[in-house]
Amino acid sequence: MVQGGGDVIRFQNVGVRYGVGPEILHDVSLRLEEGRFHYLTGASGAGKSSLLRLMYLANPPSRGLISLFGHDIASTPRRELPALRRRVGVVFQDFRLIDHLTAMENVALPLRVAGASEEQIQEHVPELLSWVGLSDHIAARPPTLSGGQKQRVAIARAVIARPKLLLADEPTGNVDDHIAKRLMHLFEELNKIGTTVVFATHNESLVNEFPHPRLHLADGELNDFSSGEVVSDDDSELERDE
Amino acid sequence: MTTPSLSGTNNTMANATVIPLARDASSRFLPWLIAFMVWLAALALAAVLVLSSFGDQWRNTLTGTLTVQIAAAPDDHKITTELRVQSALRIIRATPGIVSAKPVPLNQISDLLAPWLGRDLLTETLGLPIPRLIDVKLKQGVDFDVAALWERLNKEISGTQVDDHGVWLDKLIALASAIEAIAFAILILISVAGIATVVFATRTSLTIHRDVIELLHVMGARDEFVADQFHRHAMFLGLKGGVAGVALALITLWILGSLWQNVESSLLPPASLDFLQWTGIIAVALVAAAISTITARYTVLRALGRMP
Ligand SMILES: Nc1ncnc2c1ncn2[C@@H]1O[C@H](COP(=O)(O)OP(=O)(O)O)[C@@H](O)[C@H]1O
Ligand SMILES: [Mg+2]
Repeated sequence: MVQGGGDVIRFQNVGVRYGVGPEILHDVSLRLEEGRFHYLTGASGAGKSSLLRLMYLANPPSRGLISLFGHDIASTPRRELPALRRRVGVVFQDFRLIDHLTAMENVALPLRVAGASEEQIQEHVPELLSWVGLSDHIAARPPTLSGGQKQRVAIARAVIARPKLLLADEPTGNVDDHIAKRLMHLFEELNKIGTTVVFATHNESLVNEFPHPRLHLADGELNDFSSGEVVSDDDSELERDE
Repeated sequence: MTTPSLSGTNNTMANATVIPLARDASSRFLPWLIAFMVWLAALALAAVLVLSSFGDQWRNTLTGTLTVQIAAAPDDHKITTELRVQSALRIIRATPGIVSAKPVPLNQISDLLAPWLGRDLLTETLGLPIPRLIDVKLKQGVDFDVAALWERLNKEISGTQVDDHGVWLDKLIALASAIEAIAFAILILISVAGIATVVFATRTSLTIHRDVIELLHVMGARDEFVADQFHRHAMFLGLKGGVAGVALALITLWILGSLWQNVESSLLPPASLDFLQWTGIIAVALVAAAISTITARYTVLRALGRMP
């Protein structure tokens, strides 16, 4: 089922609960258009990671509808989901690098998963690693890298397969301001070449320095501080900063 | 420890090592378990093959023969006994359906009895009455009436026995088929135990590597991408254990074979396997690898199928 035309993501009344616990996200409805850059803010525990997990199809919502690239996920056959997931790049909060693989092999993973040829891998991976400033660490294994270096490996891995949607879960959480700014520039570069970005953070100074529309999570509700991408059954509930 | 790649390209080599299965404890114990099971299975299979050929061999060597036993004459006179043998031979040879009838030479009979009675007792000076034996060959395929021959012989020569080996043979064949059935059951049970072992080891590996598998899953890896790595690894472990197990089985069979040949008895038919049967025993290694591969793949695909 195709719906929503140019929307990369569409949520309708999405709710999330883990097991028999309380619902941690209620009635989240949103639409992200192609080529946009959004912050996802909210206190620790507000549900940022949970919302992103829904976006990269790690788990289904407890209720509500999600569509990704125009495909309604609930009605998409399971065998077609891997192809959708490959169009999404994720920078995990905890990096999730594979310790026994080199930086090169970690970054190459999405290409291997997609069945890319060895030639493509040998051509593109070192190029990208040098773009993120890691040309000297191609053969290094994650445990020997610093926090900032691991982060850049994680980012390189997230973008190597040229995702249409890039999800970053607090990618600047573990690095100093200087590196955080460099990472922001990197994400903005990727956004300029057409990648839709959702950037979860609770770093207010970064949000102020690099202004982009913001989705804010509080009390399990999603509020939109941007320009109307959030759709809701009841618009009067939404706070707006413009 | 590195995971060897069964195909030579760099691409599959890297695929094979994404999930570090070679480091799992199961990579160390599974080949040994498989080797043990393959050893048992190969021996059980050898038993099935040998025993199933025994029945035929026994029938071929023993049906179509009779042994006629003539008691020594009441006066135990050598000449009288010899006359009894001669008249028995006449009667036997006159019976239709007989190919030949040959008296077993006296010294051969003594040889047969010696282990039980001792040489000294048998010397003729002691005059122990020794029964005489006549080997009778029957025409193949003729339904020979053993009871009628026995009756005719006894009318003229009292104390004559006719042994057609039938009862004894039937019991032997029954024993052989019972052992064969048990060996076959062992073969099945080993396969089931092997499958269960691989399922258990695979599930353990899935749990150990849950993080990497979930990562690959959200990256858009198909279940087959993950299953490939598991099944390649399981194939390698299965082959390793299988080859070791078959090697042990061949050594065991060689030892049993030489012990078998040392038994000087016409009771034991020659226990030999033909080329095809040896191939079958060696193929147990491949069957083990195949079972291990298929089981691991199926287990992984089932487990991954539960992911969203
Ligand atoms: N796997 C899980 N099982 C149970 N509860 C969870 C799980 N993941 C997150 N939560 C709970 O959901 C809430 C939101 O968590 P999370 O999405 O990680 O927030 P954030 O990323 O904004 O810090 C928290 O209360 C957290 O304890
Ligand atoms: Mg989080």
